[in-house]
Amino acid sequence: MTARKLLRAGFGHNWTMLNVSGLACSRGERRLFTDVGFSLDPGEWLHVQGENGAGKTSLMRLLVGLSPADAGEIRWRDEPTPSAEFRRDLIYLGHHAAVKEDLTPLENLLLAAALDGVGLDEGTALAALVRLGLRGREDLPVRVLSAGQKRRVLLARLLTRPALIWVLDEAFNALDVAAVRQLGDLIAEHLAAGGMAVLTSHQPLPVPGGKTLVL
Amino acid sequence: MNAFLATVRRDLLLALRRKSEVLTAVFFFVIVTSLFPLGIGPEPVLLKKIAPGILWVAALLATLLGLPRLFSADHVDGTLEQMALSPSPLGLLVAGKILAHWLLCGLPLVLLAPVLGLQFDLDASTLGILTLALLLGTPLLSLIGAIGAALTLGVRGGGVLLALLVLPLYIPALIFGAGAVEAHSAGLGAGGHLSLLAAMLALAGFFAPWATTAALRVALE
Repeated sequence: MTARKLLRAGFGHNWTMLNVSGLACSRGERRLFTDVGFSLDPGEWLHVQGENGAGKTSLMRLLVGLSPADAGEIRWRDEPTPSAEFRRDLIYLGHHAAVKEDLTPLENLLLAAALDGVGLDEGTALAALVRLGLRGREDLPVRVLSAGQKRRVLLARLLTRPALIWVLDEAFNALDVAAVRQLGDLIAEHLAAGGMAVLTSHQPLPVPGGKTLVL
Repeated sequence: MNAFLATVRRDLLLALRRKSEVLTAVFFFVIVTSLFPLGIGPEPVLLKKIAPGILWVAALLATLLGLPRLFSADHVDGTLEQMALSPSPLGLLVAGKILAHWLLCGLPLVLLAPVLGLQFDLDASTLGILTLALLLGTPLLSLIGAIGAALTLGVRGGGVLLALLVLPLYIPALIFGAGAVEAHSAGLGAGGHLSLLAAMLALAGFFAPWATTAALRVALE
């Protein structure tokens, strides 16, 4: 199922898909940001920028619903998050490897899909791994792979798990030039199919267009 | 439901790749229960009397050994985060993890108990009651322990804190589990004790995954 099919469920509406307003977050005594707001519609993406410690990762975790906001509201399909619908439509890839070192890349993908209750056959999973340059590595335990290759295993989930909005925190870290271009292509394809993305990165991203939010 | 079974399968597969972690708890149980008859010497009357208590305390501690790992590995590598954001309900995935923990750390103890009980000169019917009590009691230990494991997740020195938190909660299971065997030996019948254990198991089976899920969400913040 592509982003386009997922999108059809909400066709004919007059609200924006993702609407964030008045978001505030503090860590201990320190205020990280206040009154952050943005909105995304199908095909749009947001580049979150800011120096180290500005609260980019905190904003990402708030956005996906891992931590509660001090103030503000996040609405997805005009419903407050976190909703079951939002979790179905969302992929979040954070700083963590989020793959099991003792399992092979293929097992990781298949089990992650099974846990999410998403059907995934071995052929599709293999094709995703091949596309991300892991041909011949699918049966090795992840622990013997390099940092960049581990990252690619995680990124393969973008291909095996249908989702409408991708929230990628520093997804371009540890990737080589070819992989950066590949991920850029993946995101562009996703946007062209009507998907949405929120990305953080210190580097200029190889994805055209997009809104910018500076923390 | 498929997500629940997938979690069980995943955790069993992971344990299979790292056998030493599972075998530690089982060997601990075998060795501790074998040390007592060796230390006390061949006094069948005394051994028979202390057997249920020793086997239960050893089972309790063996279960505790595996608890810190229940969520910590998934927490460290970020897979727990992915579970919390999964379209499948987190409670279902947590219940799957608890069942996998029992299959790995609880069920082997139940299966070994009749063999180890022989060292204490227990007769066949007493061994049967002991095994039955452990069969009802060890899932209870896993369920209660999961709450403690979730509450102490990410805390420095969490292992000791976990023991302090969970061991007092294990007392009812210990009293009724060991009590069932004693009541049977005294000719009173173990029915009452076993029914109470089963009732506690039903209660924990309903509430523990829910409480564990709530604690995990807090730990992830």
